[in-house]
Amino acid sequence: MSLQLIRPDINLDFVGKRHFFVILSTVINIAAVLMLIFVGLNYGVDFVGGSVVQVQFEKPTSANAIRDSLKPLGLGEITVQDFGASAGHTYLLRFEKVANIGSLGTKLGNRLAKTYGPQGAKVVRVESVGAKVGGDLRRRGFLAVVFATVFMGVFIAFQFRHTSWSFGAGAVIALVHDVLVVSLALVISQFQFDLTTLAALLTVIGYSVHDTVIVSDRIREDAAKRRREPIESIMNRAINETLSRTILTSGTAIVVLIALLAFGGPILRPSAFTLLIGFITGTYSSIYIAGPVVLFWEGHHRVGSLSSRAA
Amino acid sequence: MEAQSFAPILILLAICVAFLYLHFSGGSGLTRLYLAGVLVVVAVIILLPSFSIKLPDWWEGLLGGTKIQLGLDLQGGTHLLMEVKLDDAVKTQLRRRAEDIKRELKENKLDFTNISLDASGDLIVKLKSDDERTPFLDLMSKSFPDLAVSSASGIAGASYSLTFRPRDLQQIKSNAMDQALETIRNRIDQLGVRETTVQKEGDSDILVQLPGIQDPERAKELIGKTAVLEFKLVDSTHSVQDAIQNGPPPGDEVLYGPVDRGGRTPYLVEKPVLVTGDVVTDATVRPGGRLEGPYVAVDLDARGAQIFDTITAENVGRQLAIVLDGTVYSAPVIKERIPGGHVQITGRFSISEAHDLAIVLRSGALPAPVEIEEERTVGPSLGRDSIRQGELSFVIGAAAVLIFMAVYYSGAGILADFGLSLNILLLICVMAAMQATLTLPGIAGIVLTLGMSVDANVLVNERMREELRAGKTPREAVKLGYQRAWSAIRDSNISTFVAGLILFQFGTGPVKGFAVTLCVGVLTGLFSCIVVTRAWYDYLIAMRRLNAISV
Repeated sequence: MSLQLIRPDINLDFVGKRHFFVILSTVINIAAVLMLIFVGLNYGVDFVGGSVVQVQFEKPTSANAIRDSLKPLGLGEITVQDFGASAGHTYLLRFEKVANIGSLGTKLGNRLAKTYGPQGAKVVRVESVGAKVGGDLRRRGFLAVVFATVFMGVFIAFQFRHTSWSFGAGAVIALVHDVLVVSLALVISQFQFDLTTLAALLTVIGYSVHDTVIVSDRIREDAAKRRREPIESIMNRAINETLSRTILTSGTAIVVLIALLAFGGPILRPSAFTLLIGFITGTYSSIYIAGPVVLFWEGHHRVGSLSSRAA
Repeated sequence: MEAQSFAPILILLAICVAFLYLHFSGGSGLTRLYLAGVLVVVAVIILLPSFSIKLPDWWEGLLGGTKIQLGLDLQGGTHLLMEVKLDDAVKTQLRRRAEDIKRELKENKLDFTNISLDASGDLIVKLKSDDERTPFLDLMSKSFPDLAVSSASGIAGASYSLTFRPRDLQQIKSNAMDQALETIRNRIDQLGVRETTVQKEGDSDILVQLPGIQDPERAKELIGKTAVLEFKLVDSTHSVQDAIQNGPPPGDEVLYGPVDRGGRTPYLVEKPVLVTGDVVTDATVRPGGRLEGPYVAVDLDARGAQIFDTITAENVGRQLAIVLDGTVYSAPVIKERIPGGHVQITGRFSISEAHDLAIVLRSGALPAPVEIEEERTVGPSLGRDSIRQGELSFVIGAAAVLIFMAVYYSGAGILADFGLSLNILLLICVMAAMQATLTLPGIAGIVLTLGMSVDANVLVNERMREELRAGKTPREAVKLGYQRAWSAIRDSNISTFVAGLILFQFGTGPVKGFAVTLCVGVLTGLFSCIVVTRAWYDYLIAMRRLNAISV
């Protein structure tokens, strides 16, 4: 037999400790909602309009120097973000409002050339989004998250209907939980929430359901086999049986994401971060959110009621 | 863009279908492995053009030479989303109708006090007396059936408010959209950039993608010029200064010369447009004398030439203003009648200005102004950096996963690694065959696919371990492992696939690229990690060498 991380006969009491984790998750989720309301996501220009311009400087400079250089253009408030030394004196300039999309790149390039010399500063990326498009993208993004969540719930409820309709509810609540936890992480880190980050968030939804399905599938299978056991113990057994797989899959995915976070460059960093947090919480929620919802729904029925409906 | 070739994707599909048939009909493991070998060879061949390896022409003819397209974020370029101001196009049409109505009213001896557009964009017609109501309405329904006539409220006397009927309004808008699309496409074609995209987005937007463009500013200038060329007569009977201070006399307006040439010269011109740019058939740059610089020679079509002939004949000695997008470029004195429709536009242009002016005149006027709503420009150097970083994270992530699987599951791990490698190969190959666009989030998608397709193998292998522990023979363990893991693999992959579909539906640009990668990755992952890997097990079972494989 080859390597083993998890002993095959492992039997940790996951279900028994659920009250603690449910309370913990509830607290984190409430905190997430409050933070979303009172601090808010750092929306990228994709969603609120405005411009980001990535400028590469020949020599080291500072945020204030850049701001001073651009002051005569009268472009309103400028946020300057340092992309770090590894990216070679690269700065990200963010403009809240841009009157004339399309002419910003040249205007900036000319102005910076005056301060830093003709080859001193190079505009390497311009992203400008008008307010109307921004609003449109925000609406579509929101709809995408809602559609994905609802569809997943319906799909799971249908696939597991013979065991209990509540698996759908469990998956949806687990999804909402994961989206909130990831949002909290994004609010705290103040990583930019743009289209790419949104794509990452939707992937988290996909992964979270994927993971919930694996655990639920084992519950479905065991419930059909062991008709006399209480649902708590079936659930706990299923979690333990899939634990090795959970650790392995999430582990490899997380290793890959760390590679992406470390080597993928600054543009991918927000989405790699989102995926990393999302995969961790997605794995956790399959055990401590989706499961308890099913338990709560089913009350404390003997499993007779659960398995009599099992295929 | 070259014509899409379906040959590569069909060949891939055919092999996969054959493989699935053998898989489900219990074909021997060895046969399936040979087929897998064929699949790998075909996939590599399809991928060759993507790595800029030149193939013989007959080969490219056969397969269409499809390759992965790099997204703008990877190869650099400009993405523009522009709104065509369709309401302005409607107003322009309504203004033209106003001229027609005036003419018709005069011909029918009906008197009006005023015909003009009001603030909400309706055309208001004020008749002189109530007696004219009936003949006016008759005339309208006979000559202008596309206009809806209603009594204008709140205005004394016989006033009517005219708008286009809904169906005609829709027609005008969609015509304007088509014309704008055509015009912008013409202009971009003249930029000499390869593989450009110009397409309609929604009702009033146009998406333009210019990969690898060196000078995005010039492109934006060129696209954004409305290029409405008009000829108007200069009114020399009134003083310009007077018009600026006290407002122009009725029927006149004040227009200015170009801003960047020593202040703006005002011109007092008569409002009616004599000729518009839609009669231009050709425009070319001609070198001029040393003082005036190059000029643009414009050829008018038969109708334009006819009108121009008449105007010049009737107005010898007067100044004719050549107006482009509301700016007077020159106002030469008409020395003699000009037949033949050859007109020169001078204006102390630089060579490149004259050149771009010729392009916009040649490609026709935009029916309405366009406004850039979204711009994403990535310089080529940043694109190269992104590719390098994407590749690096991919190689490191892949190596970590492959090594881990081999160490953890030893024999079965190596089979899993085979499946994973095939998955990556197929994923990239299918993207090449579909001519899909690889974006930076797309690379992240590939890395992610790798992390997630591991799951299918892990599920199967963990199940096999369980069955072996339960005392099953290796042969049964393989069978049951696959069987029992299937429902979980099926349901979980459907959910990821659907997340990808939703992403595709709602996403734009790079996000769409990510969604495509995710969806294709789910399919190739299922195929390589479940179907193909299974062939190895069946082969080993048949050879009675399964015990050599440890799980």
